[in-house]
Amino acid sequence: MSEVLVLVDHVDGAVRKPTYELLAIAKRIGSPSAVFIGGADKAEGAAGDLAKFGAEKVYVVDDAEVKGFLVAPKAEVLQQVAEAASPAAILIVSSAEGKEIAGRLAIKLGSGLITDAVDVAADGTTTQSVFAGNYTVQAKVTTGTPIITVKPNSAAAEEGAGAGTVEQFSATISDAAKGARIVASNPRQASGRPELAEAAIVVSGGRGTGGDFSSVESLADALGAAVGASRAAVDSGWQPHTLQIGQTGKTVSPQLYVANGISGAIQHRAGMQTSKTIVAVNKDEEAPIFELVDFGVVGDLHSVLPAATAEIEKRK
Amino acid sequence: MNIVVCVKYVPDATADPRFESDNTVDRVGVDGLLSELDEYAVEQALQLKEGTEEEVTVTALTVGPEKAADAVRKALQMGADQGVHVSDEAIAGSDAIATSLVLAKAVEKIGSVDVVLCGMASTDGAMSVVPAMLAERLGLPQVTLGSRIERKENQIAAQRDGDVSTDVVIGAMPLVASVTDQSGEARYPSFKGIMAAKKKPLETYSLGDLGVDAGQVGLSVAWSTVETTTERPPRTAGEIVKDEDGSGATALVEFLASKKFI
Repeated sequence: MSEVLVLVDHVDGAVRKPTYELLAIAKRIGSPSAVFIGGADKAEGAAGDLAKFGAEKVYVVDDAEVKGFLVAPKAEVLQQVAEAASPAAILIVSSAEGKEIAGRLAIKLGSGLITDAVDVAADGTTTQSVFAGNYTVQAKVTTGTPIITVKPNSAAAEEGAGAGTVEQFSATISDAAKGARIVASNPRQASGRPELAEAAIVVSGGRGTGGDFSSVESLADALGAAVGASRAAVDSGWQPHTLQIGQTGKTVSPQLYVANGISGAIQHRAGMQTSKTIVAVNKDEEAPIFELVDFGVVGDLHSVLPAATAEIEKRK
Repeated sequence: MNIVVCVKYVPDATADPRFESDNTVDRVGVDGLLSELDEYAVEQALQLKEGTEEEVTVTALTVGPEKAADAVRKALQMGADQGVHVSDEAIAGSDAIATSLVLAKAVEKIGSVDVVLCGMASTDGAMSVVPAMLAERLGLPQVTLGSRIERKENQIAAQRDGDVSTDVVIGAMPLVASVTDQSGEARYPSFKGIMAAKKKPLETYSLGDLGVDAGQVGLSVAWSTVETTTERPPRTAGEIVKDEDGSGATALVEFLASKKFI
């Protein structure tokens, strides 16, 4: 069976959940092979975790010449692994960097590229959600090795041991790929909440919070949810851009999305319209968000949310 | 210094973008405009120009049908110095791979370019891959997705806000850069700018002018194919309740419990 390469998304050896989802998708198409680009001392632990989620093979590529540079060296590594392994497909997480790596790789390999898939079938047919979630598109790569970037939460991670055979791979990085250097890096402080793009429940706030997110955050914590924000809330400086949901922020597709004080402009809808269940709390009964909801409350979020949070805590 | 800013003509998102019978985006029947996300790139190009004493030429470059020239015109009104429009019937239906080829050839034809500046994504295809593909094709460093960019002598530095960290990335010119919608509000064209734009040069190139074979671009040679496009059934509004004396919170919790979220 042909290998399917999965580029491992990890922070210092800690594999992030979307990678496990990609391994589950890879299993539908062929034999999952993870490509781990990282420190040699972190490889063993990561390989164990990857095997637990179905990786049959783990290519370990030392990152001594990769880290500290943006995008291009990783594309070179993947190109070299792909040329050696002749995979049936290459799967990458649809993050900002993941898509850029995929773009360069497509040119290098002369292969077609599909981004932001929300599903991939065994024959490589992808499903995408486009035009603010108003259309569903099915597409397929027709030239070269299909390169597909997949959104987080598009498949369930499946525990099921793979062989996890480690293969050391030595890649050659060209000087040209080292043209953009990372000169400073400030780690983001952990919020203790789930990652926005991966969360099963997202509770978000907009202009209607007036800048006070405490009741949004309390409800999120009661539900074990991630906190998100509308562009209006981010532009007002109330929340960082990394929490923005919408066309120019994150696209989320959780089981439950709770929009508070968010009117539901097209830009916002683009980022959350494919959520399974949508709930909104808004003072304005004319707010367009109410056209989308499974359940809506016309009321002041500052009184509705604390009361709901207290009730949820009571029931726990 | 020569800056080329890539701009895309996109269907107006508020005017119900749709597909044609061949599953390509309808770019003619729907009102279009300069992609909002490219306005940020134009703005940063103009700021790079205004931030130096040296002579800087900002060229707005687009690839697209006849009406796509409107995107270049808007950039000229904002303050770009000249425009280039690559227009050729053979280009219709091109994927990002072919589009990046045409853009790269146009950048080479414009010549001695120091910075190719792009927006973070188009508002229609929204793949966010063209800047990286351009860098790959041109063999240039990429300093992309900057929430802030700054010139430091012969280098460009960008702040890149990621999920796990905020990084500063730096590269020596010539390079490809892209900026996000966090990079700074784009200016509106002034009346003076609109009048001045009418006199600015806007050149149109065909594929032949760029030395690109028509067989390398277009829908029929795209490396991926769209099999079906389906309009998503509109979500139907569910139950809406008015909060009166705390009834809203109770109803909300009941709903969440009924769906097993609690």
